[in-house]
Amino acid sequence: MAYSDKVIDHYSNPKNVGTLDKSSKNVGTGLVGAPECGDVMRLQIEVDDATGIIKDAKFKTFGCGSAIASSSLATEWLKGKSVEDASKIDNMDIVEELNLPPVKIHCSVLAEDAIKAAINDYRAKNGLEEMAFEEKGVH
Amino acid sequence: MLKLPIYLDNNATTPVDARVLDAMLPYFTKHFGNAASRNHPFGWEAEEAVDYGREQVAKLIGCDPKEIIFTSGATEADNLALKGVFEMYASKGNHIITATTEHKAVLDACKHIEKLGGEVTYLDVQEDGLLDLTQLEAAIKPTTILIAIMYANNEIGVVQPVKEISAIAKKHGVLFFTDGTQAVGKIPVDVLKDGIDLMAFSAHKMYGPKGVGALYVRRKNPRVKVTAQIDGGGHERGMRSGTLNVPGIVGFGKACEICRVEMEEETKRIAALRDKLENALAELEESYVNGNKEFRLPHVSNISFKYVEGEGLMMGFNKNIAVSSGSACTSASLEPSYVLKALGLGDDLAHSSLRFGLSRFTTEEEIDYTINAVRETVLKLRDMSPLWEMHKEGIDLNSVEWAHH
Repeated sequence: MAYSDKVIDHYSNPKNVGTLDKSSKNVGTGLVGAPECGDVMRLQIEVDDATGIIKDAKFKTFGCGSAIASSSLATEWLKGKSVEDASKIDNMDIVEELNLPPVKIHCSVLAEDAIKAAINDYRAKNGLEEMAFEEKGVH
Repeated sequence: MLKLPIYLDNNATTPVDARVLDAMLPYFTKHFGNAASRNHPFGWEAEEAVDYGREQVAKLIGCDPKEIIFTSGATEADNLALKGVFEMYASKGNHIITATTEHKAVLDACKHIEKLGGEVTYLDVQEDGLLDLTQLEAAIKPTTILIAIMYANNEIGVVQPVKEISAIAKKHGVLFFTDGTQAVGKIPVDVLKDGIDLMAFSAHKMYGPKGVGALYVRRKNPRVKVTAQIDGGGHERGMRSGTLNVPGIVGFGKACEICRVEMEEETKRIAALRDKLENALAELEESYVNGNKEFRLPHVSNISFKYVEGEGLMMGFNKNIAVSSGSACTSASLEPSYVLKALGLGDDLAHSSLRFGLSRFTTEEEIDYTINAVRETVLKLRDMSPLWEMHKEGIDLNSVEWAHH
């Protein structure tokens, strides 16, 4: 199976690899997947107190090229978005942007799950109610 | 001069040796006859070529040419051996013993036999991939007709104690079949000394063409028979009908001859390169060589690089280096290699494995390049791996509650 140019580009030059201080109140962390399944994603957002805008996003991913590319792309999209808008990122947008083949759709689902988990972690830390998300897991 | 891409997936298939191709070419256009045509020179030429090929093949494994049944490859030979014995010896029993690390051609043929009313015991292997012989002997029952254990494993290269297995089989009056696909041509295999009753093997794993293989069927002590699975003109002493693949058989024969003559020298060189590769990569933190290192094919190395995923790892260099991974990251099959899992490896380590298969054409330059490329990619991906970070922080990954999908 050949990878799309965009997947290869994100894999070769991943954007926003790194770690934010997970103890900070402004940082939301989402850790999804499992080592036994062959992919684990950790996505973090840092939210600006005053504006509610995501001012930084970082990821680390254990997984195939498509999983790495999906999380790299997600961090790019998250930066500059409000938490509200970030919660609307759909896995199919990632599939489309990266031209993921059907067997790799679960990578995009994992990225969406990671975004939501990070948002809810941030909300919980700030005394906000967790957002209810529709279960998308296809594993 | 280093030429890219580098091919290190020789357990999947090998390139055809130029000497093999040269031997084959005249049999496509000039001597194209049907080996079964008895009444004209075209047929005679073809038959002569097949006879010679059969001799070359037989000589490599130390048998009589009459004991070689040509097939389309090892998968067909595996099927013929298992199903053919099951049918032929039905009055004697219906029980077959095999192992969980066998090739799919053997496992799936066994599943088929179970549907036909056969009983199959799938033995687990030990952590190093070797069979427990006490367990093997204990599994034999009065209804056992066949022990089917591969000579060497395709994923980890572990070589089973074939002589001991055949001795156990003989002691209990059970036939012994071995899938020799990965071993024949790479290490000395002698069906008499090894006590093998049936053996499947293939040309394209030893620098011959694809589409031709053989089943060795013992004719003396005991005389073994298999029921044909393909009916037709009664070729191959009635055991496998179908027009013989003359150019393929010529190539198979030549490939066997080259292996027989050059194996000893070649093995030393390849094993040294394999060891260089393996030792260099094993120096990386948290990397593990899979399978028994002593009883192993000289050209194979299977290594797990913990905390990086195999498919992602391959992507770092697969434009330039061809290897194979025990990880299957698709929604259709999230299951990693069943062979590695049978060794007791956790799914995480099985997902993190690469298989390197060297060949007679592998050069030291290629190995040096590979060492560097793999090392760099592993380090890069670990910097990107949340698991590596957690490991470095001293978190026990087994204690984490993962969100299982």
